[in-house]
Amino acid sequence: MHGTRILDEADRLMTVCNSCRYCEGLCAVFPAMEMRRAFSDGDLNYLANLCHSCGACYVDCQFSPPHEFNVNVPQTLAIARAESYAAYAWPRALSGAFARNGLVISIVAALSMAAFIFGFAALNDRSVLFGVHTGPGAFYRLMPHNAMAALFSAAFLFAILALVMSVRAFWRDIGTPIGGRADGGSIFQAIRDAGELRYLHGGGVGCYNEDDKPTDRRKLFHHLTFYGFLLCFAATSVGTLYHYLLGREAPYPWWDLPAVLGTLGGIGLVVGPVGLFIAKSRRAPELLDESSSGMDVGFIAMLFLTGLTGMLLLILRETAAMGPLLALHLGAVFALFITMPYGKFVHGIYRFAALLRYAQERRTEA
Amino acid sequence: MGSKYDVLVIGGGNAALCAAIAARRGGASVLVLEGAPKFYRGGNTRHTRNMRCAHDAATEILTGPYTEEEFWEDLLRVTGGQTDEVLARHMIRESKDILNWIVEQGVRWQPSLGGTLSLGRTNSFFLGGGRAMLNALYLTAERLGVDVAYDAEVTDLVIEDGMFLAARLKRPIGGETEIRATSLVAAAGGFEANIEWLKQYWGEAADNFLIRGTPYNRGSILKMLLAKGVQEVGDPTQCHAVAIDARAPKFDGGIITRHDSVVFGIVVNKHAERFYDEGEDIWPKRYAIWGRLVAAQPDQIAYIIFDSTVVTSFMPTLFPPIAGQTVAELAGKLTLDPVALEKTITEFNAAVRPGTFDHTILDDCVTEGVTPPKTHWARKIETPPFLAYPVRPGITFTYLGTRVNKESRMLMADGKPSANMFAAGEIMAGNVLGKGYAAGMGMTIGSVFGRIAGREAAKHARN
Ligand SMILES: Cc1cc2nc3c(=O)[nH]c(=O)nc-3n(C[C@H](O)[C@H](O)[C@H](O)COP(=O)(O)OP(=O)(O)OC[C@H]3O[C@@H](n4cnc5c(N)ncnc54)[C@H](O)[C@@H]3O)c2cc1C
Ligand code: SF4
Ligand code: SF4
Repeated sequence: MHGTRILDEADRLMTVCNSCRYCEGLCAVFPAMEMRRAFSDGDLNYLANLCHSCGACYVDCQFSPPHEFNVNVPQTLAIARAESYAAYAWPRALSGAFARNGLVISIVAALSMAAFIFGFAALNDRSVLFGVHTGPGAFYRLMPHNAMAALFSAAFLFAILALVMSVRAFWRDIGTPIGGRADGGSIFQAIRDAGELRYLHGGGVGCYNEDDKPTDRRKLFHHLTFYGFLLCFAATSVGTLYHYLLGREAPYPWWDLPAVLGTLGGIGLVVGPVGLFIAKSRRAPELLDESSSGMDVGFIAMLFLTGLTGMLLLILRETAAMGPLLALHLGAVFALFITMPYGKFVHGIYRFAALLRYAQERRTEA
Repeated sequence: MGSKYDVLVIGGGNAALCAAIAARRGGASVLVLEGAPKFYRGGNTRHTRNMRCAHDAATEILTGPYTEEEFWEDLLRVTGGQTDEVLARHMIRESKDILNWIVEQGVRWQPSLGGTLSLGRTNSFFLGGGRAMLNALYLTAERLGVDVAYDAEVTDLVIEDGMFLAARLKRPIGGETEIRATSLVAAAGGFEANIEWLKQYWGEAADNFLIRGTPYNRGSILKMLLAKGVQEVGDPTQCHAVAIDARAPKFDGGIITRHDSVVFGIVVNKHAERFYDEGEDIWPKRYAIWGRLVAAQPDQIAYIIFDSTVVTSFMPTLFPPIAGQTVAELAGKLTLDPVALEKTITEFNAAVRPGTFDHTILDDCVTEGVTPPKTHWARKIETPPFLAYPVRPGITFTYLGTRVNKESRMLMADGKPSANMFAAGEIMAGNVLGKGYAAGMGMTIGSVFGRIAGREAAKHARN
């Protein structure tokens, strides 16, 4: 017996799969399963986070419903995965946030923050809100750079702390790798596997979506989103360096590095999430964990809003719309930060941890 | 649908799809009639995992060469010579090319496996298993323009003088209940799911058989063809049968109900008596004989009994072993006579001679002075908890079939080839398999003769 009903079901399925093993070539879940005979809660959470939800093992399984063995690995692991995020959340008191972390929460957080910035600016000087500002430092007419930096650093640091604490609990619970320790090779392997989404390929043909014809669409949109996010993050980091090291203030001309990175990242963050959202809404319901779709959509929406407002800001920054857009953009970024440890964002971190564990196990086995 | 097709394929498994694809590639218009609903399409092929093909050199997926001659010798050994040499050799030769042809149809192989099954040299494994393989074949067939109808059980065949004219359906498709075609490929499997028919040869015992694969292979097409003058081949009691968990569903339990622990313990019947040398031979031979052995026991039930020292030595099982802290407690749970079981185990333990255990070879752990003996891997059963799996005969597929020639063309009772009827797969497996089985041959028979049947049926239709 396990902690939850879904872990009991995951255990049942892993017992079925372990006596079958037809899917062992499809992804990392099955070889990792084969290294075990009995499954602790931690083992099941590990396997759940190794699954990329490509759907292949559902479409390929001779025992998927309506067969009486009722084997649905992708859906079971998706639910277990979502529950594992809450189980390892830090601080514990906030773990319930996953259940509620829907679209509404994120949007309310974003709007509240935007309103706050708006209000902050209005309090100082009404005219800056709808004024036209150009040239270096234009953004900081709305909110002084130091205030902005303090606010966002605090949110960011909190998010990092919460994430580190959560993933530490996860890492401990999934157990020491069968026989080995973290080493450079495993880390490199895990970065590659995560970076190229190695296991979102249904064993080579692509991912299953609305029917039994595989495509690479979800992988493409995921790449756009993920690398879009990284580029935007890089843009912000370079901007920060410019500010402190070179004394060059935002906004930067379109050809300058922070703006170029931001533009490319922004495109990814607009196209990627929209694609993922469409793919998700078309996906066969038997592959999905409907209960956590709020969490997924909330995260996709925040990424999209961050990307969209960022792009609009870039285009309209020399007009009177700059003030409200900047407030919205900062609001979205802020909401993204504070909801990060309690929403879909964590899937990337847990998946990376699981891939790292898998890489270690493989290396020690070899 | 509704118009006349060049080639009509009955069935929806590996043999049927290979035939349909080959016929379509040969320029014919093709309709596939699958009796099962879409999920259950592909009969027993859904449950398969690998295929045996000859090849001259190691490849990415196979660890070494497996020559035509070696394949032939393996076939000769398992069938004890009960095979049609011309057909069998033809199949083996063609199997070489099938290895690549099947990949061209979108099927993917898994890189060679480590561990559990010692088939890395002779057999290629489907990536994702048989259903993945079928999915690929269906996608290719549909892309090429083959029409497929599900829930389309054929209930009658119109045949005149060895010439196929039309097939009748249980449920109309496109408003038609009668489908006409220029050639027929029958690829509708064996009759293993037809308990009534099995009873004709096995008597009431057949009620206790479990059918490992699809409930849709009821042999109706085979029966119609034989009734309409097609020549019969094979012994109706010959089939591929293994011992599977008695708790498995009546039909369609698939691969995961098998047990491979015989070598680690003893097997007793409902009187708690041993009845066969559990150490006779290594996998896969021992795997394939236990179905028949159990079928010959009272009530067709037996129990594999072992102790806690070996539980991790074999593949994990779907159903957990039944456990008892004492032999008597275990016997109680199995509803066996405790005194009888204790006696059997005590006698067995006393007969075990010291040796060096190695389950990968025919080792020197033997018994002395007990009947039947255990000639390899004999070790005492003495460390509680005592464990058991109840097993019953699990029928994989039957060998009675339609006789064919090298063109996969059915032969009529008078020995003449049919004008336009071809057969492939389980429905004609008995041509090659008089008895016995070597892992992966079911798919070889289906793919090789399926492709030939499709090609020849298209050729006939377009003449
Ligand atoms: C559990 C299990 C594991 C196996 N593993 C392997 C393996 O690893 N390798 C291997 O080589 N072999 C294996 N076999 C054997 C293999 O499954 C068969 O040899 C092979 O699938 C036969 O293919 P087929 O196309 O002739 O028949 P099937 O795949 O059984 O297809 C027969 C089709 O005919 C349809 N049908 C029946 N009657 C009618 C009708 N009246 N009208 C219309 N349609 C009809 C059925 O619905 C079905 O789709 C396994 C079998 C089982 C049960
Ligand atoms: S998902 Fe189905 S086919 Fe795949 S390993 Fe599990 S039981 Fe076997
Ligand atoms: S859905 Fe894909 S990634 Fe997840 S377990 Fe199945 S095959 Fe692996």
